[in-house]
Amino acid sequence: MAVFSPDYLPTASWDTLRLRARLLGKVRQFFEVRGFLEVETPILSADTVVDRHIEPFAVPRETPSSADNPTQPLWLQTSPEFGMKRLLAAGATAIYQVTRAFRRGEQGPLHNPEFTIVEWYRVGDDMAAGVRLLSELCECLLGRGPAETIPYGEAFASRTGVDPHRATAAELARRARELGVEIPATLAADDRDGWLDLLLADRVQPSLGIGRPVIVYDFPASQAALARVRPGPPPVAERFELYASGIELANGYHELTDPAVLRQRHQANNAWRQRDGKRPLPENSRLLAAMEAGLPPATGAALGFDRVVMLAANAKDLREAMAFPIDRA
Amino acid sequence: MASYNTSEFRKGLKVQLDGDPYLMIECNFVKPGKGQALYKCKLRNLLRGTVIDRTYKSGDSIEAADVEEIEAQFLYRQQDQFVFMDNKTYEQYELSKEMVDEAWKYLKEGMICSMTLFNGNPISVSPPNHVVLKIEYCEPGVRGNTATNVTKPCRMETGAEILCPSFVEMGEYVKVDTRTGEYIERVKA
Repeated sequence: MAVFSPDYLPTASWDTLRLRARLLGKVRQFFEVRGFLEVETPILSADTVVDRHIEPFAVPRETPSSADNPTQPLWLQTSPEFGMKRLLAAGATAIYQVTRAFRRGEQGPLHNPEFTIVEWYRVGDDMAAGVRLLSELCECLLGRGPAETIPYGEAFASRTGVDPHRATAAELARRARELGVEIPATLAADDRDGWLDLLLADRVQPSLGIGRPVIVYDFPASQAALARVRPGPPPVAERFELYASGIELANGYHELTDPAVLRQRHQANNAWRQRDGKRPLPENSRLLAAMEAGLPPATGAALGFDRVVMLAANAKDLREAMAFPIDRA
Repeated sequence: MASYNTSEFRKGLKVQLDGDPYLMIECNFVKPGKGQALYKCKLRNLLRGTVIDRTYKSGDSIEAADVEEIEAQFLYRQQDQFVFMDNKTYEQYELSKEMVDEAWKYLKEGMICSMTLFNGNPISVSPPNHVVLKIEYCEPGVRGNTATNVTKPCRMETGAEILCPSFVEMGEYVKVDTRTGEYIERVKA
């Protein structure tokens, strides 16, 4: 039955909005007590993350930026990563931020183009330390017990029967067909990461963290994003993700510090973007300049705060966790 | 033939797959963090009534179904058959309750509706965006209730149940949005 709710009203109940405020307070207290400094970095920037599957909002410039790049827009951040890593290069040791991220075209029961992200970095942490910290934060906010940990390879293989680190695209495709997974007609036979994502979304993710939350770590090397890769065999990305009730809540990395590797990844991502028919994104950034100067070894992570509120409130849709989703923003 | 891009996918879209017209009844955006965005859709075959699951990648497109929209007047209901007439050609169409779908809640005799034909055959019918219906039965409203958005279910002359504000009374007329099933306002008869 339809509910009568004119669109000037919020989609979250007052109880949930009060819960949201309490959780925000808990986040701040969690980091303050551990000696982290709260920072604020620009939401609007000349730089942007270059990812195959993340679309930033472009903001047209009022005046031309420079002689060689007069038409480059400014970008709404898809995450505060760049600004925060520049602070690490400048000497920060433990920082956190509660801010908004923007991703074009991401809308659904678990997505809103504008969302609240909690992101933190601590110099000297390796991946294990980062995983422990994330588990503690999750316990603080959701109270579902400390997170269990499982390597990506094991989580994937136990549910699909294939080794994600070694299987070829063709083997993944065959397995998807055998399992009866709904396959998009346009998924290219050679798009290995595409097949991994398809199986992950369909067969692995929904069963992760149903009772106790779960942190999946050691991702396929091809999905490293800004994480460092540990040589193998097989090579794995020191990347980890937190799941509760089958929903991805956070993503973290033992951070990549080598600017040459980041440049390569940006080039590869732009090549994919071109193949996908998407606009290429600027590969240069002040982050790269900071990395050339030297980024200290650190582990950081980012949490989708609205989803945490949603789970804490036992809601079924992200709309119930925020005041005004995009369609009534 | 026109086509729809994944960014346009939504419930209610009419598309063509393997030569048959389909109605998109569900479309969920799924995206593993930093991974490929997928649109997991449920589509109902408008000719057979069967439902299929289809998954699309961001950027995919589906052919729009070749449909014709005509004006058809609702004549009467006979058990589970709804009879309409094309006012221009006088051709009559009988639609099953399944094909009429949610529109049964708003159909009043004589109402001019928009009917969709696929290859000349009716596959769906839409009432006007707003309809005025009489409240056949509801609980009396309680005065002094200061909480906002308190509603109560009301049974309309068509048999449909619509949530209305608690101040409306039996016998009154209300305007309803037929696309969402939501109360809009009270109207004088």
